[in-house]
Amino acid sequence: MSTEPDAGVTPDVVRHLAGLARIALTEHEITKLTGELMVILDNVAKVNEVAGPDVPATSHPIPLSNVYRDDVPGVTLTTEQALAGAPDHDGSRFRVTAILGEEQ
Amino acid sequence: MDYDKALELFEPVLGFEVHVELNTKTKMFSDAPNYFGGEPNTNITPVDLGLPGSLPVVNEQAVKYSISLGLALGCSIAASSRFARKNYFYPDLAKNYQISQFDEPIAYEGSVEVELANGRVFQIPIERAHMEEDAGKLTHVGGATGRIQGAEYSLVDYNRAGVPLVEIVTHMIVGAEHDAPELAKAYVSTIRDIVVSLGISDAKMERGNLRCDANISLRSRASVAAAVAAGEPLPLGTRTETKNVNSLRSVERAIRYEIQRQAAILDAGGTITQETRHWHEDTGQTSAGRPKSDADDYRYFPEPDLLPVEPSAELIESLRLALPEAPAVRRKRLKSDWGFSDLEFQDVQNSGLLVEIEETVSFGASAHQARKWWTGEIARVANERGVDAATLISPKDVSELVALIENGDLTDRLARQVLEGVIAGEGTPTAVVEARGLKVVSDDGPLIAAIDEALAAQPDVLEKIRDGKVQAAGAVIGAVMKAMKGTADAARVRELVLERAQQ
Repeated sequence: MSTEPDAGVTPDVVRHLAGLARIALTEHEITKLTGELMVILDNVAKVNEVAGPDVPATSHPIPLSNVYRDDVPGVTLTTEQALAGAPDHDGSRFRVTAILGEEQ
Repeated sequence: MDYDKALELFEPVLGFEVHVELNTKTKMFSDAPNYFGGEPNTNITPVDLGLPGSLPVVNEQAVKYSISLGLALGCSIAASSRFARKNYFYPDLAKNYQISQFDEPIAYEGSVEVELANGRVFQIPIERAHMEEDAGKLTHVGGATGRIQGAEYSLVDYNRAGVPLVEIVTHMIVGAEHDAPELAKAYVSTIRDIVVSLGISDAKMERGNLRCDANISLRSRASVAAAVAAGEPLPLGTRTETKNVNSLRSVERAIRYEIQRQAAILDAGGTITQETRHWHEDTGQTSAGRPKSDADDYRYFPEPDLLPVEPSAELIESLRLALPEAPAVRRKRLKSDWGFSDLEFQDVQNSGLLVEIEETVSFGASAHQARKWWTGEIARVANERGVDAATLISPKDVSELVALIENGDLTDRLARQVLEGVIAGEGTPTAVVEARGLKVVSDDGPLIAAIDEALAAQPDVLEKIRDGKVQAAGAVIGAVMKAMKGTADAARVRELVLERAQQ
């Protein structure tokens, strides 16, 4: 299934995206979002009316590149700090519920 | 199905994804030390945990290493490349996405020359090499033997999360035919040689510094012939991707296994499922993993927190000038430096131990002895245990062992015992010699005492030697070696016995 905008936003596309994002949507929400997403994409598509094929796609608003960091170690978190926000842990590692899928 | 039969009916088509962990001091996007194996969750910063408000910044050294690797793979370096988010839900990364590169990798379209033991030379076409971050380490608790199935919960250590990775992806490789398993091993071994000579990775497969996913599909000879006759494009079979192949030996075995497994299914009229398969070192088999599905829709999009990487032509050229010699050139040089015959060098190549032998020689061992021990006794023990020889002992320890032999402190027989001790973790060769009391007795005193004893038991030996029957000394030498439990230098014993006969 394609999620390209020009394929059009259908309830199935919204259902698929919601599944990928692990968001539970009701049928009512799917219908509502289908309409809203369509409007949003239509508005964004207006850019195409002024930007021809000679204008390269932009992924960043500011023309900057090569912003780097030196390869020098800095300060790390302590185990206590790292686990401070964890819903569950074993004292040194995060504990997560049984995983049903597989590694990516 | 029998391997030869499988090759008679089908043509294998290969493809590889090799992940290389870079040995920078810090991670790809944070200044946490690039080190794992210590206390869990200590080498992490808010960036590695994806905490709100934290922002990644690219490690310049990692970019340079990636460019060097791209150049060594014969790739073009992109004038502009950018990072992308690969979205998926899995607790090995806390952000719910991995920062990777998608449509604009840093290096693309290259070629790597690989030479097989039988002299065949292949050009492996490289599609791309891109930068990304490694994921954390999961430990599954409660299931059988630490497997994910049946686990009650999992524990996550993020020390490895954010470690810089370069993923090298090949184009489809055709024409390997019977050599497919060996080619796979030779390719991974060549990548390992390249990253070691660049000094950009520790490249220890057993530690996961270098990991290989092997794609393989089969197409029937009949379907290829039909397509050729009809002037149509060649057909492609359904491929599987075997993961978790973490030794050179496994790469070769896994490819061979998958060829045989797929051939048996296809020949029986079945179909191959496009899926991930897991390699099991213990059984020498692969098992079905996750089928390709909706879950592979990663919704990549440009990483808004990172700016494009646009290396200058000057930087690229300076890195190109600093490249070490190409593997093929290096092989020719080493063969000549070491004075090896074709056969001897092929032996080294085939063992995949070129790096280890070179390092052993750099520590002062003779090339001849380094080859002899690595491809001989060490390879034998490795084979017996089903592991890579490089995991058993370090090149430094081998060079020390060789030095002990060349100084006359150890005989080959004793050296094998010392080797056994080093492999068992008893320490360096010198430490093992001390602890086990294995040193060759070079002081003549105990030797002469033992010879006296042996001569007393065989009084006619000296007479025989005087009569010209020098071989009679063998009986005395044997008795002395036995009495000294092998710690005597047999050549010295022989000298002493012959001297005695002349007195």
